[in-house]
Amino acid sequence: MTTKPAVLAEGLHKSYGKTHALRGLDLTVQAGTVLGVLGPNGAGKTTAVRILATLLTPDSGHAEVAGFDVVRQANKVRAAIGLAGQYAAVDEYLTGFENIEMVGRLYHVPRAACRRRADELLARFDLVEAGGRPVKTYSGGMRRRLDLAASLVVSPPVLFLDEPTTGLDPRSRLSMWEIISELVREGTTLLLTTQYLEEADQLADRIAVIDEGLVIAEGTADELKSRVGGDHLEIVVRKGGDLAAAARALRPHLCAEPDIVPELRRVGGPVPGGAALLPEVVRALDAAGVPLEDLSVRRPSLDDVFLALTGKKTSTDDVEKEAA
Amino acid sequence: MTTASVIAPAERAALTAGAGRHGKLYWALADAWVLCWRNIVQLPRMPELLVFSIIQPVMFVLLFRFVFGNAIQVPGGDYVNFLMAGIFVQTVAFGSVGTGIGLAEDLHKGIIDRFRSLPMARSAVLVGRTLSDIIRNGISVAAMLIVGLLVGFRPDNTWWAYLAAAGLLMLFSFAFSWISAVIGLSVKTVEAAQSGGFIWLFPLTFCSTAFVPLDQLPSWMQGFAEYQPVSVTVTAVRGLTMDYPVGNSAWLSLAWSIGILAVFVPFAVRRYRRAAAL
Repeated sequence: MTTKPAVLAEGLHKSYGKTHALRGLDLTVQAGTVLGVLGPNGAGKTTAVRILATLLTPDSGHAEVAGFDVVRQANKVRAAIGLAGQYAAVDEYLTGFENIEMVGRLYHVPRAACRRRADELLARFDLVEAGGRPVKTYSGGMRRRLDLAASLVVSPPVLFLDEPTTGLDPRSRLSMWEIISELVREGTTLLLTTQYLEEADQLADRIAVIDEGLVIAEGTADELKSRVGGDHLEIVVRKGGDLAAAARALRPHLCAEPDIVPELRRVGGPVPGGAALLPEVVRALDAAGVPLEDLSVRRPSLDDVFLALTGKKTSTDDVEKEAA
Repeated sequence: MTTASVIAPAERAALTAGAGRHGKLYWALADAWVLCWRNIVQLPRMPELLVFSIIQPVMFVLLFRFVFGNAIQVPGGDYVNFLMAGIFVQTVAFGSVGTGIGLAEDLHKGIIDRFRSLPMARSAVLVGRTLSDIIRNGISVAAMLIVGLLVGFRPDNTWWAYLAAAGLLMLFSFAFSWISAVIGLSVKTVEAAQSGGFIWLFPLTFCSTAFVPLDQLPSWMQGFAEYQPVSVTVTAVRGLTMDYPVGNSAWLSLAWSIGILAVFVPFAVRRYRRAAAL
């Protein structure tokens, strides 16, 4: 095999009436890696996944998954992918076991092998006891685990997870993260959409930030963070009166004009050198005679990245529902 | 120790090796059967649906038999013998609403997305659903038959004729399920699939020869009532189970069912593609 990417999307467009869900989206996921597709509700994440999973045809553009064209060779793509969505598409009235068995048979796996896989996967996902109960008795976290288990019956080389932890409580989210990391360690190629920056940071090798149907930034978490200007230095002075002196002392060490927040007695700004700079900063403040209450250098969070790239917060409340 | 979630490529190839061994038609039928099985397994776990599909027709049998039975004059004298064919057809017509409700639910819950992401036959969701609904309707009809026999229904014909009646009923049920499928795939909510599925069936079943002989209906209604699908199927089933004239009703019923299928199967398939692609 050559190094053909496992997932490739080029110039995908998709509109619903006047709403342009995708406006020329490009994505690449190399085999065996994880791409986190990060964006707020309505950014086009779900639409992108639905196109790649052959549920939708793009208006224009081209996409390949596992080397097959998603439009012309849709059935070959389907045999090579697993999809687990944000709505946990499992049958409420079937048991966990029956759900996995059914999905296996629809992948055209012989019945006996489906049952063996169902047993293995239920054990793997900690659902052995629940396996014989109808899914309507399951908790949200259990449903997501079952949904993911069902998508793994044939151990597809490419997996799409559309917001796998949206709406889960923190404990269930952590357990999903663990499962997903393990899948990735075992070599599955994964495309994961999320609204949570923390999730992308945790699970993804590379992150594509999308907004209004376009990729607005792409790279590793570190690369994206450095795009907002490296590390951030913050000091809190003991007396408000010292703020001006502190700002004067800091100015030569910052890459930008110091940012003063009098209410918090805080001065800060981006620094070029990271933590190595700290001793110098401390000496300068000492020389200026400014007593400190707190001093920190922090890496920018992906929230800072998103804000810097789009001018918007990630977790908007007035989200329009994604057209999906 | 293997971790089960990801398996070796060789083993994976072995799992899916069967897929290439059979043709398209084989898998279309196999996939439809898997989904048909899924719907049948669900039945006893959805008590509310069973109540709908058994208690309601049984109630109709009892109400018509004991409340209206003496008020409606029928040829041959015994109303329950006249009534049962009408109740059978009404039941499978009402039962067909379940097809649309089931599809609307599957769409709503995203399970159709999962099916569409699998390498299975496109037709299987609709075919599996409509086939399983024949079976569900068959259960209701069987329950009604028993209650009918208990309250005086005495079928009087050959086994071949009973078989023909059952066949016509099944085909009629299958055809109406496809109409219901179109409704279920066209509405936005499960509730709408339910009420929208029923509403047009009331005039169709009551302005018919299901409960009242044709000559006792208002004269302006008779033209419609004589040839509409419910009436001709009722007349055929009545003639095939009792000593009533069949005439050409069996052929008309067959023609209606086939005609409905010819129109609504492609219509439903188109609706399915569009609804699922949103």
